[in-house]
Amino acid sequence: MTVLSLFAGPPSSAGPESFRDHVKRLGPRPRGNGALIDTLDRSGLVGRGGASFSVGVKWRSVESRSRGAAVVIANGAEGEPLSRKDRTLMSLRPHLVIDGALLASDAVGANRTLLYVGEAHGAAAAAMARALAERPPADRARTTLLGAPPSYVAGEETAAVNFVNSGVAVPQATPPRPFERGVDGRPTLVQNVESLAHAALIARYGDAWFQSLGRHHAAGTILLTVSGAVAKPGVIEVASGCSVDEVLALAGGVSGKARAVLLGGYFGGWISADQAGSMVLDPRGLRAAGGSLGCGVVSVLDETADPLDVSARILQHLANESAAQCGPCFFGLRSLSAATTRIAARHADHGDLPQLHRWTAMVKGRGACRHPDGAVAFLESALKVFEPEFATAAGARGRRAS
Amino acid sequence: MAQTELWIDRTKCDGSRLCAELFPERITLDDWGYPIIAPGPIPGSLMPHAQKAVDSCPVLALALRRVERRPPPSPPGAKAS
Amino acid sequence: MLLSAVVVLGVLSSLRFEVPSWPRFLTTGLHRNLALTALVFLALHIVTAVVDPFTHLGWLAAVIPFSSYYRTFWLGLGVIAFELLIAITVTSLVRGVIGHSAWRAIHWLSYGSWPIAVLHGFGTGTDTWSAWMLAIDVVCIAAVVGSVGARLMFTSADPLAADRARFRERVSRKVVK
Repeated sequence: MTVLSLFAGPPSSAGPESFRDHVKRLGPRPRGNGALIDTLDRSGLVGRGGASFSVGVKWRSVESRSRGAAVVIANGAEGEPLSRKDRTLMSLRPHLVIDGALLASDAVGANRTLLYVGEAHGAAAAAMARALAERPPADRARTTLLGAPPSYVAGEETAAVNFVNSGVAVPQATPPRPFERGVDGRPTLVQNVESLAHAALIARYGDAWFQSLGRHHAAGTILLTVSGAVAKPGVIEVASGCSVDEVLALAGGVSGKARAVLLGGYFGGWISADQAGSMVLDPRGLRAAGGSLGCGVVSVLDETADPLDVSARILQHLANESAAQCGPCFFGLRSLSAATTRIAARHADHGDLPQLHRWTAMVKGRGACRHPDGAVAFLESALKVFEPEFATAAGARGRRAS
Repeated sequence: MAQTELWIDRTKCDGSRLCAELFPERITLDDWGYPIIAPGPIPGSLMPHAQKAVDSCPVLALALRRVERRPPPSPPGAKAS
Repeated sequence: MLLSAVVVLGVLSSLRFEVPSWPRFLTTGLHRNLALTALVFLALHIVTAVVDPFTHLGWLAAVIPFSSYYRTFWLGLGVIAFELLIAITVTSLVRGVIGHSAWRAIHWLSYGSWPIAVLHGFGTGTDTWSAWMLAIDVVCIAAVVGSVGARLMFTSADPLAADRARFRERVSRKVVK
C-alpha cells in the first residue's frame, strides 16, 4: 500500500539526500529528448500541481514551439495552506526535482531552467540551494533558484511567469498561455516539482515500471498530505488508485468520527464521509470523471467540528488571497465570504443563502485565472455536502447559544 | 466566413461600464459593476456596436477576436491504456 | 473656449460622472468630438494668423516656438500648446498600438497645454481686455479650475486601485535576471 518510489532510499530522518548518494543510488541523469516525451505519454503521468493534465502532452506543446530557447520553471511555490508534499519532497529529494527539471529542459529544448521555491518554505529552499551547489558546473550554469512570494496565487502558472519577467507574482490574462509565450516571450513549461521528480524516475526505469506501481488502471505513485482528524497527519506516498479508506488507515486512522473529507485542499472540495471512504485516488481517473485530486490534500473533518465555521474560514482565506486585479473575483469572493461567515455565525440575513447560489453563478469563469473558480467550486461542495447545516443556520438568527 | 467574439482582459478592466452602455445586447453588468459578456460569436448586424464598445474602453481591456475552434482536449494518458 | 470644454469633459470622464439622463459614453464621446473640432478650429486659427498681413508671421513661426518677431514670447506659448495638443491627439488615435500606459503618460500633458494656451490667448489677443472676452475667460477658467479641483480630491475612480496596489506590493521582489 505504501509504495516508495520518490521516497525510496534513505529515511526522512536522514534529511536531504546528497548528490553523491543520489547518483550512487539511482545512477546519473539520463538524456532528455523526444523519446522521453513519448515515454511520459505512455506512462500516464499527469501533473501533480492541481490540474492533473498529461505531462507528456504538456512537454510536447512546449517542445513543438521551442527553437532551442524555451524556458522551464519547476513550480515549488506550494501556496495551498493544507499541502506540504512539495516542500517535503524538495527538502528530502532535491536532486530528483533538479534532475526532472533538467530532463525537461533537455527534452523541450530550453536554455534556461528556473527552480521556483516558496520563500516561506525554509527547509525546502535551503535543501534546494545546497543541492544546486552540489551539482556539476554544467548543471549550475543553466539553473537558477528563485524565491516565490508566500501567496496563494504565486504558484499559478502565469503568475510564476510574470514573476520571472517583472518581479510581481500576479496572474495574467490568457491567451497567450505560457507554453505559447511565457518568460521573455518564449515557450515556457511550468511544471510542479512532484511531476518532475516522477519524470526523473520514469526516465531511468521506463513507463511500464511507472504503470506497474499503480493499482488497477492507475499509474505510478502519488504524494498526499493527510491532515485533520487523523492520528498521524503528514505527507505520505501511496500507489495511485488506492482508496481514501486505505490512505486514512496509513495515517493512523481517523481520530474520532469523520463527517466529511476535504479532497484537494482549498482548491478542492468536500466529500461526505460515507462517500469518501471507497473513493479511488487516481488523479487521471478522477479528472476523466469530472473530479480532481488537486494537489493531493486529504483532510478529515471530525463530527464535533463545525463544518460551516471551517468552510467560512477557508473561503475567507481564498477571498483574502485574491490578487485584486479582477472585479468579479475580488468583490465576488468578498461578498460570498461575508455571507458565508454570517451564516456560520448564525447571524445570517434573510437573503444570504439564496445570494450564495446567485453569486457563485455570477463569479464563475469571470476572473483572469482560475482562483475564483476554485473558490466557488469549494463553496459549492460545502453547500452540497453540508446542505442541512446551511439550511438550519441560514434560518437561525442568534438562536444558537454560544 | 470568419466569426468574431468579444474577449476581455479581466486584469485590465476597471469597471468603467462604458462597454455595457454601448453594447447592451451582449454586455450586462454584475452586482459589482463589472461586465458580463454573453458568450458566442457576434452577428454581423451587431458588429458596429461591438466595435464601438471596444473603442470606448478607457483601459483597452476589450478586444474582438476571431473565434478559435479549439479541439477537444485529449484525455490525459489516452495513449497509455 | 472649446479647449476648456474639452478639458472639463476629460476630467468628468476620469471622475466617471454620470446621471440617469447622461450616461458615461456621452461624456467621453463629446470629449473626443469636441477635441477634434477644437483641432479644426485651431488649424484655422493658425492658418489665418500666419497669412494675416499685419503680423508677418510666416509658417516657421507656427512650428518653432519663440521664433516670431511679433509678440515672441506669447506666440511661442501658443506654438508649444499646439505641439502638445498634436502629441495628445496622435497618441489618442493610435492608443490601441501604443498601449494604455504610454497613452496615459502623454495625456497628462493636457493639464499643461491648457494653461499655456490660455496665457497665449492673453498675451497675443487683441481683445483681451474687452468685457465680453474677459467674461468668457472667467467662465472658462472657473470651469476648468473647478473640475480640476474635483479631480484632485478624488484618488481614483477604480474601486480596485488600492487593494491591487497593496497586493502587488506584497508579492513584488527584486528579480535578478
